[in-house]
Amino acid sequence: MSQVMLEETQKTAVDPSAASGPWRDAWRRLWRHKSAIAGALIILLFILLAVLAPVITSHPWDGKDLYNRLKPPSSENWLGTDGLGRDLFTRLIYGARISLFVGFFAVMGSMVVGSLMGILAGYYGRWVDMLISRIFDIMLAFPSILLAIAIVAILGPSLENAILAIAIVNIPTFGRLVRSTVLSIKEEDYIMAARAQGMKDARIIFHHILPNSTAPIIVQASLGIATAILEAAALGFLGLGAQPPQPEWGTMLAESKDYIQKAPWTVVFPGLCIMLTVLGFNLMGDGLRDALDPKMKQ
Amino acid sequence: MWTYIARRLLMLIPVLFGMSLIVFSIIRAIPGDPARAILGEKASDEALAQLREELGLNEPWYIQYFHFLGDLMRGDLGVSIRTGAEIAEEIGPFLAATLELTFVAMLIAIFVGVNAGIIAAWKQATWFDYISMLIALIGVSMPVFWLGLMEQWVFAKELQLLPSTGRYNVREPIEVVTHFYVLDTIITGNWSGLWDVVKHLILPGIALGTIPMAIIARMTRSSMLEVMKQDYIRTARAKGLNEFWVNYKHALKNAFIPVLTVVGLQTGLLLGGAVLTETIFGWPGIGRYIYDAITYRDYPVIQSGILVVATIFVLINLIVDLLYAAVDPRINYK
Amino acid sequence: MRKWLLVVLSVFLAMSMALVGCGSTEESSTPAESGQQEGNSETETGSTGENEGQGGTMVFGRGADSKSLDPSQVTDGESLAVTKNIFDTLLDYKGQTTQVEPALATEWENSEDGLTWTFKLREGVKFHDGTDFNADAVVFNFERWMDPEHPYHQGNFPYYGYMFGGYKGDEGHIIEEVKKVDDYTVEFKLKRPLGPFLNNLAMSPFGIASPEAVKKYGDKFGENPVGTGPFVFKDWKKNDTITLEKNADYWMEGAPKLDRLIFKVIPDNSARLTALQSGEIDLMIGLNPDDVEAVESDSNLKLFKRPSMNVGYLAMNTEKEPFDNVQVRRAINMAINKQALIDAFYGGLGVPAKNPMPPSLWGYNDSIEDYEYNPEKAKELLAEAGYPNGFKTELWAMPNPRPYMPQPQKIAAAVQADLEKIGIDAEIITHEWTPYLEKTGKGEHTMAFLGWTGDNGDPDNFLYVLLDKDNAKGPDAGNIAFYKSDELHELLIQAQQLSDQAERAELYMQAQEIIHEDAPWVPLVHSTPPLAGKATIQDFAPHPTGSDKFTHVYFSE
Repeated sequence: MSQVMLEETQKTAVDPSAASGPWRDAWRRLWRHKSAIAGALIILLFILLAVLAPVITSHPWDGKDLYNRLKPPSSENWLGTDGLGRDLFTRLIYGARISLFVGFFAVMGSMVVGSLMGILAGYYGRWVDMLISRIFDIMLAFPSILLAIAIVAILGPSLENAILAIAIVNIPTFGRLVRSTVLSIKEEDYIMAARAQGMKDARIIFHHILPNSTAPIIVQASLGIATAILEAAALGFLGLGAQPPQPEWGTMLAESKDYIQKAPWTVVFPGLCIMLTVLGFNLMGDGLRDALDPKMKQ
Repeated sequence: MWTYIARRLLMLIPVLFGMSLIVFSIIRAIPGDPARAILGEKASDEALAQLREELGLNEPWYIQYFHFLGDLMRGDLGVSIRTGAEIAEEIGPFLAATLELTFVAMLIAIFVGVNAGIIAAWKQATWFDYISMLIALIGVSMPVFWLGLMEQWVFAKELQLLPSTGRYNVREPIEVVTHFYVLDTIITGNWSGLWDVVKHLILPGIALGTIPMAIIARMTRSSMLEVMKQDYIRTARAKGLNEFWVNYKHALKNAFIPVLTVVGLQTGLLLGGAVLTETIFGWPGIGRYIYDAITYRDYPVIQSGILVVATIFVLINLIVDLLYAAVDPRINYK
Repeated sequence: MRKWLLVVLSVFLAMSMALVGCGSTEESSTPAESGQQEGNSETETGSTGENEGQGGTMVFGRGADSKSLDPSQVTDGESLAVTKNIFDTLLDYKGQTTQVEPALATEWENSEDGLTWTFKLREGVKFHDGTDFNADAVVFNFERWMDPEHPYHQGNFPYYGYMFGGYKGDEGHIIEEVKKVDDYTVEFKLKRPLGPFLNNLAMSPFGIASPEAVKKYGDKFGENPVGTGPFVFKDWKKNDTITLEKNADYWMEGAPKLDRLIFKVIPDNSARLTALQSGEIDLMIGLNPDDVEAVESDSNLKLFKRPSMNVGYLAMNTEKEPFDNVQVRRAINMAINKQALIDAFYGGLGVPAKNPMPPSLWGYNDSIEDYEYNPEKAKELLAEAGYPNGFKTELWAMPNPRPYMPQPQKIAAAVQADLEKIGIDAEIITHEWTPYLEKTGKGEHTMAFLGWTGDNGDPDNFLYVLLDKDNAKGPDAGNIAFYKSDELHELLIQAQQLSDQAERAELYMQAQEIIHEDAPWVPLVHSTPPLAGKATIQDFAPHPTGSDKFTHVYFSE
């Protein structure tokens, strides 16, 4: 009997697949949230540019032309050319692929690992919690960029390693978030009931606890992508991220910063791209938070 | 309260211990032989072997770790492999430089952020609100290193308004007392020097302060909106007190908590994130010190440097937590 | 340019206005006053000179800080650039050449067998701490450097071991003994003749330090350097500035002219140029090649070119296929357009290299004809060698700028494009600088960029170090082409044993021909690194070794 009731309550409470209820409300709120829309549009624009890059531009992203170095914007090169005579606009839109890729995968990584650790800590408590929480404390005590630099120094500079480093340093953010959500859900009646019934831990975690933690995780993921893109650009700028000739925005800035006097466009535009993309994800994250978490709403 | 402080301090021990172990092992895992890094492309085999021996790099790692721990206990941060100088001596001026910059960045961030937040809330849904919140969002999304480059280009190169690099005008030397140059120039009554130092702080201070400024503005605004709904403000308004002052006084009080949170979190980020700002603005701070040390594989500097920064960060957070308790009677520490 | 500025400026303005609101007045008052301030300090500097000479302060901007100011303990250019002005050497380089001239030693002679050198020392010279410079001081310094048992042999003395074949007790060590004949005469006894001996003594690592100061400061001497040089050490703010002051008692009449010499660290090249343009510094190294034009067109600034004593090259690992085939190596020599690289990435400041050593050295073989740039012919050669369709390989490039290669990553990209034209598909590989040196030293690469800056201006310092088979052994090979030629080896060893320059030059000429035929490298460029400074700087002649003495430099009105 209680089994049935349990499933019922849970579904109406927060099941993401349910066609009605809070998720639909959230969607509606999101839709009305102007900044979230703006954010989504910016992200969509960059996704489109990234996907359609070969259609939009006829230049290759690594088409070197030493006779056309550092040319100002023109009808041929919309945003000018860089230090090797490559078309800047082309490199920027191909670069969008990299940044979106980095943002997505770095956050996926920290989200999966962080959530698992958070759930373990929150659900099992005691020494597991003690251990995991201390690990988080220690990791958070390091300035994240220094930690990322050190990790990349170990693994060697490359885009993949930069993603890994960013994923690692952001684990505690997700971990702590999930841990606190789990702690608050754990004491709910239906979980107690499921436990009393002898339901397996894994089942409880994946069927009951995890779905109930999705809202804050989604919000954090959106904001996390913004952070990840910034961190990847910073690593690229230090020469520790994507390696030339890859058109990663931070790497492009590092390659071009020497030209700031002679060809400012090579420095201005990659920076603007980083800022706009990050802005998009931040706007989106803000909107999601307002929509998914009515308590935060003004 | 005292027991709380004691407990927090005790909890620091395992954290610091864990940090030392992590830092130590991360560093050993970095490929690249410090002997090679020091001697460069002109090193001979014998010189390399001899240097490795001298640096104790041939000993097993746990022996090296125990040496490191033992030295730490005695307050000895080790000796820089590259320069041969005592790190404990060398690190002081770098730390001071970074702390001074961080402090100024925070000051800018708090001053601008709190005021913008209060006014935005007070004028909710006006153009000021929209624009300042949009700018705050842009600020949060800012690649700081790029902002620094842009600032230099515009304010130092094109307009020649502000100095682009360094901490002071090297032609007018400053008498160093504390290594905090603002203090030093005040102590020695060197007013033109003070003005120089302040000018040098502006561009890097703004670059570094942008993100916390934006965060503080956003947090202040939302906490203000919360407060403005409350009764006592309405009462005050009804009593006909000057509206702005009502808002402002209460706002400041209420802004304290979010600002405190941001200060706690961001100070640590600034200490580390200063790597980029310090490189661009030629600021002789600790971020660049550690970053250079990674390049040179200067193990002692990396491990002691990161530990010092992390310890400061942990301590700042402790102080912030204590201030919470002091300010907000609702928070109760057992 | 202006348009750009407007756009960015308006963004900044909008931002600061909105954020600061009415408070923005505070900030806008800064500019006007600061402009004045800057102007003031400038005029002051011009006139702060004491009664004699022009005086003034020279602020020298550079990319990194010194390691230590004990010249004998360092190898990095940033340290030696400073110590060069604090210390004098027995001999010095004349003008912009690598010929030696008297400094602390006034005359010298060599015995018949080439094993004994006798030096007369300059009299009446004092160290900055007031103690006398004499034969005892010279003997003390050499013993400190060479003898591991010496009480003040604390630390490493890399250049000593490197230039004189090790230390006392080592098999290859060349100096038998340094002894005092009288107060102002010193005698060096060598175990075997050493061709580059005089050139070695002129190197700035062998600056003579005050023995009293070495004893007083011990292992802290590097932070408290005391020499006899034109400038006295004053203050060192690490990672920031090193301040030197005029040595009023300098032995050279009427020198130095500057009152103060300040070395200031500004890591970023563009930021350093900005600092020069705004008057924060007076002179800078590490000018971006692309900014050469801007400096030349600015009437307030002047461009200085440092004569080349370096070579940037592409080494082909001759132990690995297909580079064990000389045809392939020659083909690659023909495939690379050196002049285009120089125009694009050196700001035109450099000479295409055809030999492994720069033309400024004696013994340079100018009669050698370089492989012409000819992709068609290169392709034919490749086909003859059995690679009609080219091959896949790796192209290693260092991550950071070096004096001989200011933009290695971009040069790599351009060379990659050149190789593509003859069908070679090269993947660019980069490691951090230290691992890069380690890995190339072990021979993990196939093709790799590297370069060399000369130490003492002797051909041996290029040819033997970089291409002799003695140095083609891992893990720390200097010869990263792993090129082994017995014929070359014999010539080079023979030249080391002679002390007659003309005879040696003859042997080095032959050596360069062998190297040209075997083509283990593509010698790329001898760069002339540009410096930028105020137009009022006079008598500054950058030296090929990379460390400059500011003895005669002054500002004109």
